[in-house]
Parts: sequence; structure tokens; C-alpha cells
Amino acid sequence: MKAYMIFVARRFGQLLLVVFLGISATFFITHMTPVDPVAETITVITNFGKADPEAIELMRKTLTELYGLQGNVFEQYVVFWSRLIQGDLGPSLSAFPTPVSQIIFRALPWTVGLMISATLISFLIGNTLGALAGYYRKSRILKIVSLGLIGLQPIPYYILAFILLILFGFVWPVLPITGGYEMNADLDLSFALILDIIRHSILPALALVLVGAGSWLTGMRALTSNIVTEDYVTFAELGGVGSTRILRSYVVRNALVPQLTGLAMSLGAIFNGTVITEIVFGYPGIGTLLINAVHAGDYSLVLGLASLSIVGVAIAVFLIDILSPLLDPRIKAE
Amino acid sequence: MFTIVRDLIRYNIEFAIGLVILLLLIGAVVLSFFSPYPASDIYVVPPDMPPDAEFWFGTTSRGQDTFWQLMIGLRNTLGFGVGVAFLSRILSLVVGLTAGYAGGRTDRVLMAINDSIMVIPQFPILVLFYFVLKDNMNWLMLVLILSALGWSYDARLIRSIAMSLRTRPFTTQSVYSGMSMRKILVEEHLPYVMPIVFATTMNNMIWSIGMEITLSVLGFTDVDTPTMGQMIYWANSHSALISGIWWWVAAPVGAIVILFIGLFLLSMSMNEYIDPRSRLNRMGN
Amino acid sequence: MQSEALFHTPDTATEPTLVVDRLKAYYTTKAFGIDRDIRAVDDISLSIAKGEIYGVAGESSSGKTTLIKTIVGAIRPPLHVVGGSVRFNFSGQAYDIYDLRPDELQAIRWRHLSYIMQGSMNVLNPVRRIKHSFYDFAYPHMGLDRAAFWDKVRGHLRKLDLDPDVLHSYPHQLSGGMRQRATIALATVCTPEFIVADEPTTALDVIVQRDVLNMLRDIQRDLGSSFLFVTHDMSVHATVSDRVGIVYAGRLVEEADTPTLFRGARHPYTQHLVASLPKIGDTTRRASLAGRPPSLADPPSGCRFHPRCPLAMDICSRQVPVMTSLTPRHRVACFAVTGATS
Repeated sequence: MKAYMIFVARRFGQLLLVVFLGISATFFITHMTPVDPVAETITVITNFGKADPEAIELMRKTLTELYGLQGNVFEQYVVFWSRLIQGDLGPSLSAFPTPVSQIIFRALPWTVGLMISATLISFLIGNTLGALAGYYRKSRILKIVSLGLIGLQPIPYYILAFILLILFGFVWPVLPITGGYEMNADLDLSFALILDIIRHSILPALALVLVGAGSWLTGMRALTSNIVTEDYVTFAELGGVGSTRILRSYVVRNALVPQLTGLAMSLGAIFNGTVITEIVFGYPGIGTLLINAVHAGDYSLVLGLASLSIVGVAIAVFLIDILSPLLDPRIKAE
Repeated sequence: MFTIVRDLIRYNIEFAIGLVILLLLIGAVVLSFFSPYPASDIYVVPPDMPPDAEFWFGTTSRGQDTFWQLMIGLRNTLGFGVGVAFLSRILSLVVGLTAGYAGGRTDRVLMAINDSIMVIPQFPILVLFYFVLKDNMNWLMLVLILSALGWSYDARLIRSIAMSLRTRPFTTQSVYSGMSMRKILVEEHLPYVMPIVFATTMNNMIWSIGMEITLSVLGFTDVDTPTMGQMIYWANSHSALISGIWWWVAAPVGAIVILFIGLFLLSMSMNEYIDPRSRLNRMGN
Repeated sequence: MQSEALFHTPDTATEPTLVVDRLKAYYTTKAFGIDRDIRAVDDISLSIAKGEIYGVAGESSSGKTTLIKTIVGAIRPPLHVVGGSVRFNFSGQAYDIYDLRPDELQAIRWRHLSYIMQGSMNVLNPVRRIKHSFYDFAYPHMGLDRAAFWDKVRGHLRKLDLDPDVLHSYPHQLSGGMRQRATIALATVCTPEFIVADEPTTALDVIVQRDVLNMLRDIQRDLGSSFLFVTHDMSVHATVSDRVGIVYAGRLVEEADTPTLFRGARHPYTQHLVASLPKIGDTTRRASLAGRPPSLADPPSGCRFHPRCPLAMDICSRQVPVMTSLTPRHRVACFAVTGATS
């Protein structure tokens, strides 16, 4: 147990490191710009008419303070961190004065929901098929299905989502292709609404699952092929243990822990994919929010989204990293 | 090295197909230099013409020949991918080999940094870069940024190879027999490392080009240099699908799919070749 | 050591439990420009009677592990059986291993035919407790309800001097010796008629070795099963086996009762193996054989031992010597011994 606690502590340190490095990076990125966000914002605001110089000066001061841009770089850095820790990401410009954190948390559940469900489904499908393909090497059906899924794997999320959009939006319009639910829907928690939400999430989830399942399949298939040559599997076969039981108890169980570690490593990529897919389908999650924020020139919102993404993914990876060893009794029994 | 390639061509159909695709792409790149129209010029041919004998892939709404745009786009996209792959290989090799061979504290520190970078979600960061740099986000910038983001996964792979090589008996034997470290690295270890480097290069290109396409489609890159993603961007902004100018979208999408499948086949077959067990599995059937 | 050998005249009145007839099994490699057959088992015939302990001896990579794997039907590509047959006889029922359907083969496993694998390091599922292995392997064959099953298992463990609490442990929590003994307990709990043991004492220290050997002997006495015992360690054969077959480069070269083999071996290779055993008080130098074991992919023509044999004659490189009976229970494959008959 002690070794495990040390491991958790070390992983937590790693988490802090990631968050620190990542967010500092975003800070420095925004300060690399030759563009002055305050000036930009003022240009956008004054686009619609003239304003007298005093008002502009007041705006400049307010904005500077709001964006945390007073003082030199170091002072800004400190202000940045102090605000961040309090959860203050500043107000959104395009939806002034709504705080950025509020806007993000409205969109977050959509992304999280989509990501979790799509990841679970592709993890299950990919790993199950992979285990079967690795164990029953001669099966023709498995070979064909595997080839299909693996073939989809390298295609960028955007392109696949785009193809699905064309297929189901124009060629065979059976599924909704934008939004999280029908516009003008009653937002009560009725069964009809839930069904509607599910209908709208089918295509984005499908895109994610199609691309994701392939990688789980390849990994699991390779793992299974290796595990099958292990002594304890050969012994079980010599013992006349049925193949389903061997697959379940002897092969898959031993492959789970490495696969979960793999999940932790690929969460960043899965998040990427989710965000991109949302954009294609106009799904009301973080992806769409991000794009809109960019187009609106909403500085705080973009920054807030980037920072939150880093923290969110890092925490998720941390959780998986510390939970997966618990499945291996060789570690638990310490 | 050539024996490996020759064996792969003969016995691994996926590698062969991948190689064919790669050669086709290189052919396209070479062809692109013979384009009769300068890359960024518009309205040089009648717009919105469907594919026919004169314009093999039709023309775009901006008055460009789709075929030639595609060739040039392929060239730029591939060039971009190669650039990122090259730079990030250097980083991966340096970090991976150092961590693997040195071990101990150096290894731990390097891996801590490595894992931090691996976890960072790349897309929001890229969008942030674009937001901040706007029109100053030229291709060189993008190459540098993607190189800086994409080396960590491969560094880990190279590190594990380095670690296993370091402890293998033939290494200690070579050291005891007085072989210089440099000689050991080049003559004994490099043949093991090279196939992995090749496989990871393919993966890296798949990833970086995928990113480029995504960013370009969203209009987040320099619009003056035509790439595959750019074509789709312009097609979208001219509502090509709704207007019925399907060839403007189909050409780049089709080429992208072929490109990725090709890269992927090469990467997958190389990976399979590296793993001796999968090689044996092929043999046994 | 030799006087402790528990050998007994086996039950030759009934059908032999195992008959191996002209068995050939090769590893075929046909890819990446290589076309090669590794002739690991090349025309081996033997039979084992009920209740007999038959030892197979030979150097490493002589093909003896492949032989027993082929005998129990545990072959996987690139290993193929290219000729011959393996027939078991359990309680009057004949089973041709390579003629059975997979489910038929599965049905005789463990109940009639069990296997103790080489190396105890990794034979038990590392992520489950040992009791699950017992359940998976033995429960389907015993036909008892759960309570009775576990009673029987615990009784069996106790009889073998193992603490039944072992069932609740994970494999990595046990020492190597304990694991091996637990594995042997697992292999014998269904009272199979035929047990194959592949190097059961290698990688164990001598004290544990003795415990394991005693355990095997007790089991054999108790169950009356036949044993097929593989080890390169001749002293173990001297202690345990009733009859020993010597394998060299994929072929059987001599087979005899243990006393006969150790005191009156006829084949030059066997003589060398026996002579290389240290004896307390004997300080003479041990001579080693010239040359090295041949490659099974490209073996020498004729008798595979001829390049290293002190008695090699012209015919030895041209023809393959067949196993000839010198006495009903002593066979040799050597032209120098049996005369140059074709």
C-alpha cells in the first residue's frame, strides 16, 4: 500500500507540473502576440460609431485592468495566477459581463457527455473486437471488420465528421446534423427532450467512435496476441479450460491494465477529436464555443477555454493513472 | 536497410500498397511544379466547370483548375508534414536517446517534461496561437509550433528502445571489448532504432497533416498558400456542396483519404515488421 | 541415489496407456525469403504402460519439449504434425489425439491427461487467486457440487502437505517452490491417468527439488497414473523414472529400464550422458563430447550423432539406424551395436 501511496503522490506532483507548465505556456503565448488585445477590442467596440477620446481612454484603462495587462510581464503573470486560482477567468467580451467561467460551464457538460459516452463505446467495441481478433486469428469476419475499423483510424477527425455530415445531412438525411437539440424546444426535463438530445448526439458520437475504435482494436489485438503466448494461457489451454473463459479471465483481464494506461495517454487526443467533431456538427460544447469566441475576438473566453482544457485533461489523466493500478493485484497486495 | 525494404515489399502487401501510394504522391508533388497556373492566382479559368476532358477535376468557384490546385495543395501539405516530422524527429531522438541511455535522474526529469507535454490538448493551444498571432501565423510558425508539440509520444518509444538496447548483452559485450560508444551507437544500435524512427515519422505526419487540415478548414492558417485543407475551406466558404460544385470538395477529401491510408499502411506494416512476434505470426500461417 | 529408484514392473497385461507411432512434427517457416523445416520430432515411436514412469532425457534443444507438446496435442503454428500418430488408452477407451474434435480433446484434458509445465514462474494467472485456477481447470470434470468440490481440493492439498490457504493467495505471493507444488497439486486433483511433467525441478534449489520429486513419487504411488517425465538432469531420472528414453536431435536413440540404462547403456551418446554424472568419491576427469548438438533445420545425414560419435562407421552417415530391440525392454538405434543391417 505504501508503494502505491508514494506513486499517487508522485503522480500528483506530475499533475501540478503539467498544470503549471501548460497554463504558463498559454500565458506566454498570449504575450507573444504583436497584437494588443486592448487595442483590438477597442477597435471592435468603436467600429459601430465614434466615441469621444475620454470614453476611449476610460475603456482602455478598464480593459487593461480586466485583461490583467497592467505592469510588466512578471506582474501580469502573478495577477494571472492569482485570479486563476480563485477561478476568475474574467468576463467574456462577446457576452459582456457574463463571466467566462459561467459560459464555459454551460458548454462543458455537452463536451464531457459526448466525450465520455463516445470514449466508453469505442473503448468497449474496440477492445472487445481486438481481444476476439487477437485470440481467434483465423476468423474471416473478424479480419474484415478489423480491417475496416483500422482503415478508418488514420483519417483526421474533421474529415470523417465532414464525410458523415455529407452522408447523413445531404445524401441520406435521417439524422440531425447541427445543434444539441432542436431549436425552440421546451427545455423541461421530459423524455422527449432526452430523446431529442440523444438523436442529436448520434452523429458526433458516431464520428468519434469510428475513428477511436480502430486504435483500441489494434492495441488490444497486439496485446492479446502476446498474452496468448504466455505460459499461463498455454497452461489453461492444456487444462482444457474453455476458450471463452480463457479469453475473459486469462487474456482480457491481463490486458486491461495496459489498455487503461493507454487510455490515459490518449485522453489528450480524444479531447482534441471531440472538440473538432463538435465544430463540424455545431454541437453546443467547448469546440463550438471556442470557434465562436475566436471569430468574436473574445480574448478572455479563448484564454479561459485553453486553460480549462489543459487543467481538465490533466486531471482526467491523473485520475485514470492512479485508478488503473488498483486493478492489478500485484500492486494492491503490497 | 535495403533488405528490409525489399522483404517488406515482397511479403507485406500493406507495405507495398503504401509504397505505391507514396510514390503516387511524390509524383503529384513533382507534377505540381509544372502547373500552368501560379498557385495563388484566381479566376484564371472559367469557374464552376464540372470535370471533363479539359479540366480533369473541374474548376472551382474561384476560377481555378481543381486538378492543379490539388497538386499544389498536395505539395504544400506534404512539405509541411515533412518539415514537422523532421524537426520533431530531432527532438524525439535527442530526448528519447538521452533519457534511455542516461537513465537515473536525467531520465526522470526528461520524462516528467515529456509527459507534461504529451497530456496538453493540442487543438485549443493551436487555436490560441492563431487567435493571438492572427495574420502573423505563417507556415514556418505553424511548423515550429507543431514540432514543439508533437515529439513527446515518440520520444517515449525511442527511450524504451534505448533502454532495452543499453541492457542487452551485446551492448555490454561491445563495451567490454573496447568498442567506442559512438561506434556502438552507430553500428549496433542504429539498425534497431531506425525502423522505429521510420514508423513514428509516418505517425507524426499523419498527426501533423491532420492538424493542418483541421486548422486550414477553419480558416486558421495563412490563406495565400493553397493546401488540401485550404481547398476545403474555400469550398465551404463558397458553399460548394449546396451549389452543387461537389468536385471542389470531393477532390481534396478523396486525396486526403488516400494520403492518410498510404501513410498509415506504411506505418502499420513497419510496426508489424519491427515486432518479431508479429513477424513470426505471419510466417507461421 | 539409484537404490532409491522406485521402479516396478509395469502392468503389461493391459493395453499401454500411450502409444506413439512414427511421430513427426516440424516447425515450418515460409516467409521473408526463408523456406525451412526444423525437424524437431523426426520419426519417434514409443509406448508407455499403465502406472509406468517414463523419463525422456536429452540435451537442450534436442526436441524433447516439442515431443511432449506434440504428444499432448499442444501445438500451434508454425509447429505442425507431418506424420505418425499419438494414441491414448484411458479405461479401455482409445483416443487418437489428432483425430479428435476440439471439444472431445478438451473433455479428456485434465480429467485423463494433465500437464505440468516447465518453469513455475508464470503458469498461473497472475491477476486471479489460485482458487480460480482450480475452479477453471478441475471443477468441470469432477461432477461434484461446489461444497464437495472444495472439500476434495482442500483434502488433496493437505495430503500433498500444502496449506489449503494457498487457494486464497495470488501466485506472486508464493515462493517458486510453493508455486510449483501448487501447480502439481492442480495437475493431479482430478486423478488423471496420464501426467506429463516438463522439467518440473529445473530452476528450483536442491532441497525444494527433493520435495517436489518426493511429491511426484507419492502421487504416482497413490493414483497409479502413468508419468511422462522430461528432464535433462540424468540424476533425476535415476531417482524417479522406471524407464528412460534418450532423445538426440529429434530422434530416439536408446530406451531401457533405469538400472539397465545406467549400468549397461549401449548407445555411445547414452554412455557419455551417464558417464558425465558425478559420483561421490570419483575424481577422474570427465571427457566432453567433441562438437556440438546439430541444428535441427539442417541435421546430419543418416544417424544424426555420427559427426561426434567415437564409433562412427561409413554406413552411419548414409543410413538412419532404426530402434532395434536388444531385449524386450531395451531398444537401441545404432549400427555399431546392432550390426550394419539395412
